[in-house]
Amino acid sequence: MSTALKVLVIDDEPPIRKLLRMGLTSQGYEVIEAANGKAGLELLAAQPGIVILDLGLPDIDGLDVLQTVRSRSESVPIVVLSSRGDEVSKVRALDLGADDYVTKPFGMDELLARMRAAVRHQLQIQGERPIFKVGELSVDLVRRIVRVKEVEVKLSPKEYDLLRVLVQHAGKVLTHRFLLGELWDALTDAQYLRVYVRQLRQKIETDTERPQYILTETGIGYRLRAPE
Amino acid sequence: MADERADRDGRPSPDALLELARQEDSRVGRLKIFLGAAPGVGKTYEMLQNVKARQREGVDIVVGYVETHDRKETAALVEGLELIPRRAVDYKGQALEEMDLDAILARHPKIVAVDELAHTNVAGSRHPKRYLDVEELLANGIDVYTTLNVQHVESLNDVVAQITRIRVRETVPDSVLDRADEIELVDLTPGDLLQRLKEGKVYVPQQAERALEHFFSHDNLTALRELALRRTAERVDEQLLSRMKAQAISGPWAAGDRLLVCINEDHRALGLVRYARLLADRLHAPWTALYVESRRTAQLDDAQRDRIADTLRLAQSLGAEAITVPGGGRHIADDVIGYAKSNNITQIIIGKSARSRWFELINGSVVNELLDQAGNIAVNVVPGEREAAGVNNRTSMAIGTTTRTFDFRPYGWSTAIIAFSLGVGLVLQPVVSDANLDLVFLTGVVAVAVRFGLWPSIYASILAAVGYNFFFTQPYLNFAIDDPRNVLAVVFFTIVAIVVSNVAARAQVQAVAALARARTTESLYAFSRKLAGVGTLDDVLWVTAYQIALMLKASVVLLLPQNGNLEVMAGYPPEDTLEPADVAAAKWAWENHRPAGRGSDTLTGAKWLFLPMTTGRGQVGMIGLASKQPGLNLTPDQRRLLEALIDQGALAVERVNLVEDIEKARLSMETEKLRSAILTSLSHDLKTPLASVLGAASALRDLNGLTEFQRKDLLSTIVDEAERLNRFIANLLDMMKLESGAVRPTSELHDLSEVVGSVLRRAEKILARHKIETALASDLPMLAIDPVLFEQVLFNVLDNASKYAPAGTIVRISAQRAHDKIRLQIEDEGDGIPAGEADHIFDRFHRATKGDQVRAGTGLGLTIARGFIEAMGGTISAGNRIDRSGAVFTVELPVPVNPKQIGPTP
Repeated sequence: MSTALKVLVIDDEPPIRKLLRMGLTSQGYEVIEAANGKAGLELLAAQPGIVILDLGLPDIDGLDVLQTVRSRSESVPIVVLSSRGDEVSKVRALDLGADDYVTKPFGMDELLARMRAAVRHQLQIQGERPIFKVGELSVDLVRRIVRVKEVEVKLSPKEYDLLRVLVQHAGKVLTHRFLLGELWDALTDAQYLRVYVRQLRQKIETDTERPQYILTETGIGYRLRAPE
Repeated sequence: MADERADRDGRPSPDALLELARQEDSRVGRLKIFLGAAPGVGKTYEMLQNVKARQREGVDIVVGYVETHDRKETAALVEGLELIPRRAVDYKGQALEEMDLDAILARHPKIVAVDELAHTNVAGSRHPKRYLDVEELLANGIDVYTTLNVQHVESLNDVVAQITRIRVRETVPDSVLDRADEIELVDLTPGDLLQRLKEGKVYVPQQAERALEHFFSHDNLTALRELALRRTAERVDEQLLSRMKAQAISGPWAAGDRLLVCINEDHRALGLVRYARLLADRLHAPWTALYVESRRTAQLDDAQRDRIADTLRLAQSLGAEAITVPGGGRHIADDVIGYAKSNNITQIIIGKSARSRWFELINGSVVNELLDQAGNIAVNVVPGEREAAGVNNRTSMAIGTTTRTFDFRPYGWSTAIIAFSLGVGLVLQPVVSDANLDLVFLTGVVAVAVRFGLWPSIYASILAAVGYNFFFTQPYLNFAIDDPRNVLAVVFFTIVAIVVSNVAARAQVQAVAALARARTTESLYAFSRKLAGVGTLDDVLWVTAYQIALMLKASVVLLLPQNGNLEVMAGYPPEDTLEPADVAAAKWAWENHRPAGRGSDTLTGAKWLFLPMTTGRGQVGMIGLASKQPGLNLTPDQRRLLEALIDQGALAVERVNLVEDIEKARLSMETEKLRSAILTSLSHDLKTPLASVLGAASALRDLNGLTEFQRKDLLSTIVDEAERLNRFIANLLDMMKLESGAVRPTSELHDLSEVVGSVLRRAEKILARHKIETALASDLPMLAIDPVLFEQVLFNVLDNASKYAPAGTIVRISAQRAHDKIRLQIEDEGDGIPAGEADHIFDRFHRATKGDQVRAGTGLGLTIARGFIEAMGGTISAGNRIDRSGAVFTVELPVPVNPKQIGPTP
C-alpha cells in the first residue's frame, strides 16, 4: 500500500483505543481516534478508509451513529467492535449497514482479518473481479461456471444466485434477512434459505458437517470464506 | 449438700420454683396488701406511712388513689406525696371520680399506692373492679401497695356473712391475695376500734349507719380479727412452704392430698366451692371443681346453666381447676368416682342433697352412691347454706341476656293428641273391651313423651287418666267409678302412663343429646379436615371464622398481628373495620393475653368479645365474637365447642406460620449454600486465569533475557487464560439469563448437521488436541430448536469432554432417530463419570472430583446446557459408555410433529 489506510476508531475506552492504535499502527494503518459518537461523526470529514465503531458510547448509541453514517450515503466500511454479544444486536448492526461485527474481548488477528475483508469487499464492489477463487472453489461470475477442484459443479439457478450473492460479499457476514431479500424477499421464511444452503454445501463442500466455504454464523446468517 | 435435702428424691418442686421465679421476675410488679379486720383499723394510714418511708428512701413512689375520708391525720400524710389526679367520670349525670389507670401507666412509677382494693369501678370503666386495675398495673411491672378488709376476701365471704349477718357484695378473689408478695396485717384490738368509732374517727357512710351499728359489735370484731389473723398466718405459712419446697427441704406437710368438689346447678354450689377452697388451703392441696353433664343437663334452663358456669368460674378464680365431663350413664356417682380414681383424688366434697326423699327414691341419691363406691377416697358431705338471691350476679361469659318464656304449645299438642286418642277409643269402644282401650291412651302418652319431653307427657298422662275414667269406666260420662276393679285399673293406668312417659321422655332427651353431640363431633371433625386441607393463611382464617360463626350463630372476626398492629384478617359475615372501642378492647386482650370486651371483665363497652387464640407456643391471634340479636348465651356446651374451635383454628394458623418459617429458612439456607458456592467459584475461577495473565504479562515486561520461545510461551499463556476467563464470564452471564427467566428460545426448523458444523468450528481451539468423529444419520429431520442455544449446549458438553478426556483420544458426535425423538450423543474416551455423580454433574457449581490433573472448569457449563435444552423442550443426561471407559452425554429432542417439508424450488 503506497499511502497508509486511515482508520477511524470510535470508542470511549482509552485502553481499547491505545491497544488499537498500537496494533493497527504496527500493521501500517494510520489511526485517528474519537472518544464519543459526536466527535466520531465529525472526524468522518477526515475521510477515513475504514471505521471501527463501539456500540456503547457515552453520548449517542453506536447503532444511531451507524445509521447516521449510512444515511449520509457514505459507503465507508464499518466494523462494529462491541461487548454486546447477543445475536439480536449483531443482526441489527449488520442490517443497519455494518460490514462486520467483532465482539469484545477480541483477538487482534481476528479484527485485522475482518478489517481486511471489509476493505477488500469495498474495493471489490468498485471493481468486480470476474473470477473469484477461494481454496479449491472458483466461481466465474461472467460465464456462470462453478468449479471445485477443477471439476465443474452443476447448480440450479437459485443455488447459483445464492452462491453469487455470497461471492459478491465474500468475507462479510450476510444476515438471513439480507440473503432472503436478495434471493426472494425479506419476509420469506428463513427455512428456504437453510434448505438451499444445505443443498449448495452438498455440491461444493467436501465435508458438509465441517464446511470450508459457506460458514454458518449461528443465529445471524452466513459468510463465504474470503480469499487469502 | 445434696443429702441434706430430705425430699423424696431430693429435687426441688417445679411448681414451687415457678412460684418463686414468678415472684422474682422483675418484669412483674410486686404486690403488698395492708389487710385489716374491719374499716377504721388504720390501713390507709399505715399504707401512707409506708409510702412516706419509701419516698424518704428515694424510691419513685406515687399515690394512685387514696380515700382520706376527711380525716386530718390521713390528709396530713398525703401532703408532699405525688398524687395522680383522678379521672372524672360522668355516670348518669353524676360526676364521679375514679383512679386514672392510664395516667399511672403513662407515669410508670416504681411503686403506686392504691386504696380500697375491693372497690367496684363505675360502669364504663376499663375494668369493672379495682383489683383488675391493680393486676394490670402489676402486669406492667409497677409495684402496688393496696388496702383490703378481710370481709372482702372471696373465700371468707360465707363465713363473714354468717358471723355478721351482712353479706358483702364487693369481693376480691383469693388468687389476688395469693399472688401478693407481702401481706401486712394492720391490727387493732376490738376495744380500741370501738373507742375510735365513738370518737368519730371511723368513716361510716350515712346510709349504712344502722347496719354498721350491728356490724361493729365486740363479738363481730373479735371474730373478724381472728379471721384476718388466721388468713395472714396462712399466707405466711404458704410462703414458708413455698420456700421450703423450692429448696427441697422436707416439710411437715401432708403429701399428695387432692380435693375434688362436685357442683351442680344448685344455688348452694357457690358456698360449696368456697368451702372447698378453705379446706384445700388448710391441706395445702390442689383442688378441682367438677361438673358432670348428665341427661338432666339438657333440661336445665338458662339461669341454671349460667349458675353452673358461674360456679366453675368462681372455682377457677379461687385457684381450682374447673372441669366439665360428659356423664357416661345413669349414675353421676360412677362418673365422679371414675374421674377421682383416674386423677388420684383423695377427698371428695359434695353438698348435702336438698331434694325430697321421693326424688331420691326415683332418681337415686348421688351422695349415697358416692359413699357406697368411694372406697378409700374420703367423702365430705357439706350441708351448705342457701345464698341470698341476687348476691351472685357475676357476669357470665354471655353476649346479651336471654328471657325464657313458658311455652304452651307442647301442652296444646298434648291435649290434641289425647283428644285424638279419645276419639279413636270411642270409635273402637263397641268392638274392643274397655280394659283394652287404655292402650290407645298409652300410645298417645308415649307419643307426647317422645315428641315433647317429660312435663307435657306427665300432663298428658293425667289428662288420659281423667279421660279414661270419664268415658270408659262404669258409669260412663262420669268421674265416679262403680267397680272397685275399675278403680284399680285407673290407678294402674296412671302409674304406667307416668312411668312410661318418664322413660320415653328420658330416651328422647338422650337421643337428642346424643344427636347434638354427634353433630358437634361431626362438624368439629369436618372443620379439622377442612383446616388440614387448606394451605394459605387467608383460607385458614376464613374457614375458622366461617365455622365459628356457623356453629355459634354469631358474627366472628379474626385479628392477627401485622407489622406490629392487630388487623382484621377475616370475618364472617365479612367485616374489615372495627369501632375504636372494639379496637381498644382487642388491643388490650392481645397485650394482656386475656379476654376483653362485651361480657368479659375488661372494656365491657365494646360491641365484640375478644378472646385470645393461643397454642402451646403462645398467642397467634385474636378472635372477636358478636351477636346482633340479644340472646346468644354461651352454654357450657357452646363454650367447650368454642374453645375447641379456637384451639383448632389457632393450631392451623400456627401450622401455616410454621410452614412459612420453614420455607423461608429452607430458602435462605439454599441461597446461603448457593452464595457460598458462587463465592468459591468466582474467587477461584476468576482469579486463577487472572493470576496467569498478570504473571505472564509482568514477566514479559520485567524479565530480561527471555528466549524467543519463552516469550511466545508466556504470550500464549496470556491469550489462553484470557479466553478461559472470557468463557467463564460468558457462562456466568448465561446462568444469570437462565435464572432470571430471560431465556426464551426461538423455535425454528434447523438442520442438525449445520449446527454441529458451526459448533465444531467454534470449538476448534478447545478440541485441538482431540480427534473428532461425527456420525449423523442421513435421514435426520429438521429440528425445532433455537440454534444459538443449541450450539451453546453442544459447545459446553464438548468443552466438558475436552477437559476430562485425555489428549489424543476420540470425541465422537453421533445422532440418530429413535421413534419420535432425535438422540444426539457425545462420547469421550476419558475415565467416565465417577459412580454416584451422574445425577449431580448437572448441578450448579458441581465439579467431578477427579484430582488435580483436570483443568478447573466453571461448574456451570453443564448446568447451562441442561437449562437451555430443557427450555427447548429436550432433555440431557449423562452416563458411562458400555463399550469402553468414557462418558456419554445424551441429548434428546422431540421430532417436530408436522415438519414443514420444503423441497427445492426451481
